[in-house]
Amino acid sequence: MTAVVEARGVGKVFGRDADAVEALKDIDLLLSPGDFASLIGPSGCGKSTLLRLIGDLAVPSAGELTVNGKTPGQARLDRDYGMVFQSATLLDWRTVKKNVELPLEIMGFESASRAAKANEMLSLVQLERFASHFPWQLSGGMQQRVAIARALAFNPSILLMDEPFGALDEMTRELMQQEVLRIWEETATTVIFVTHSIPEAVFLSTRVLVMSPRPGRIGEEVTIDLPIRRDEDTREAPRYFELITEVREALRRGDRSEA
Amino acid sequence: MTERDDIIHESHETSVVTAFEGSATVGLLGQSAIRRFTGRYTPAVLAFLTVILVWEGLTRLFAVQSFILPKPSEIMASFIETSSTIWGVGLNTLIEAASGFLLGTTLAVATSLAAARWVGLREGMLPMAVALNATPIAALAPIFNNWFGLTNPFSKIGVVAVVVYFPVMINTTRGLLEVDPAELELMRSVAAPPTEVMRRVQIPSALPYFFASMKVATALSLIAAIIAEYFGGPQDVLGQYIVNRAQLFQFPDAWAAILVASLIGMAFYALILLAERVFMPWHVSMRRRE
Repeated sequence: MTAVVEARGVGKVFGRDADAVEALKDIDLLLSPGDFASLIGPSGCGKSTLLRLIGDLAVPSAGELTVNGKTPGQARLDRDYGMVFQSATLLDWRTVKKNVELPLEIMGFESASRAAKANEMLSLVQLERFASHFPWQLSGGMQQRVAIARALAFNPSILLMDEPFGALDEMTRELMQQEVLRIWEETATTVIFVTHSIPEAVFLSTRVLVMSPRPGRIGEEVTIDLPIRRDEDTREAPRYFELITEVREALRRGDRSEA
Repeated sequence: MTERDDIIHESHETSVVTAFEGSATVGLLGQSAIRRFTGRYTPAVLAFLTVILVWEGLTRLFAVQSFILPKPSEIMASFIETSSTIWGVGLNTLIEAASGFLLGTTLAVATSLAAARWVGLREGMLPMAVALNATPIAALAPIFNNWFGLTNPFSKIGVVAVVVYFPVMINTTRGLLEVDPAELELMRSVAAPPTEVMRRVQIPSALPYFFASMKVATALSLIAAIIAEYFGGPQDVLGQYIVNRAQLFQFPDAWAAILVASLIGMAFYALILLAERVFMPWHVSMRRRE
């Protein structure tokens, strides 16, 4: 089985000479199909930067990075990525349904198959009733679900999510986490998920990659051995709390090693 | 999840959702809409009437000569008496202004699209355009008369087009370029080619800028047309009519013509406002607020 993401000694430097900031250093990473990998760490640890390198929104300064056995640029041109950002980034002038259709339009799908696919996606995120609403008529959580529907509309093999629930309240956030797990299970997509919430990372992931700052690097990995199917009871399971503690301690060790 | 989620959020969004889905309650909404409308415009109407009344009262009280400031009642009388003439000259001026407006706007949009597409073009051109925008271009009117001939309508249309061109071009270009970077990344993530980015993101993002500049340009186009007319040419236009009436000491007539110019300006503005509502129903400024 080919790796979905393979990184060897990947580094990223912003700026040059005296102003140079080393955002990432010596990143080694191997993600397999179906992984749900969370990148967690304090602000400035380069977790978003790593996601952006994988998604070809930025270019590594060092090392080798392949996605589905290709360069990230080629993977992007092949539309291997669905991306969900911190803000939903819906186009105000399009209805919910037309927003979901956007990538399909760009890929030249026929209007009938676009509509069918958009309906399917909207029912996946349970927003069929809001298809003809405009984004600004929806709550933040619903907007973010539209963004997820859009990212999945063209069946990308990798879903990149950059703190997608950062702006949501705790209640909505937990509901969205359930939603993402259900979609992940239904679509068999590989998910790379950036967050700074420890419980979120543990609840969602099969693997938590703990990063530390200056320069950003992956310090430790915590394998999440909770059952694949998770629900509200999972949030009260002793193993869940043990794993949270494990990730928290890994984060502390990362912080100390810096000093 | 989401049944619960939806309910939670719908309670926040009730007003918006009912505004769009509540066709069954049109009667009720209709009445409250009328109340909202009168509530909103009553102050403006009252202020307007007050100004007219004070104007009338002061001109009567101090027996102001009509060549300084005619009474509103005199202007109204002239407006009714000369209506076929002043609307006729008004229409001629509107034709010049609207032709110049269309020409200037079309050229402006074409330049903006090119400038948004090619960096070299905009870096070379925009500073000059900004400088020219600060120039009182209506001062070109005598020169245009010279170029095209006093009676050639293009001597007026040309001035209007140049006056309209710069604000529309500068603002539309800015709108095409000031796109939310997140939207550009979204387009990049799905490997959208530049033409798709232009069509699906940049042009819609620029519409608010484009319409705002067109609203400014409606007034500019009439100002430019009337100023160009002051410098000579056919007599059956607003500029010449106002000059002639003033020279004959028929000041209420001149003021009645100014009133026509102002009404035409408002109608022109309202037309753009309407177009804005038709083409940008999604825009923030169009959203219902309760």
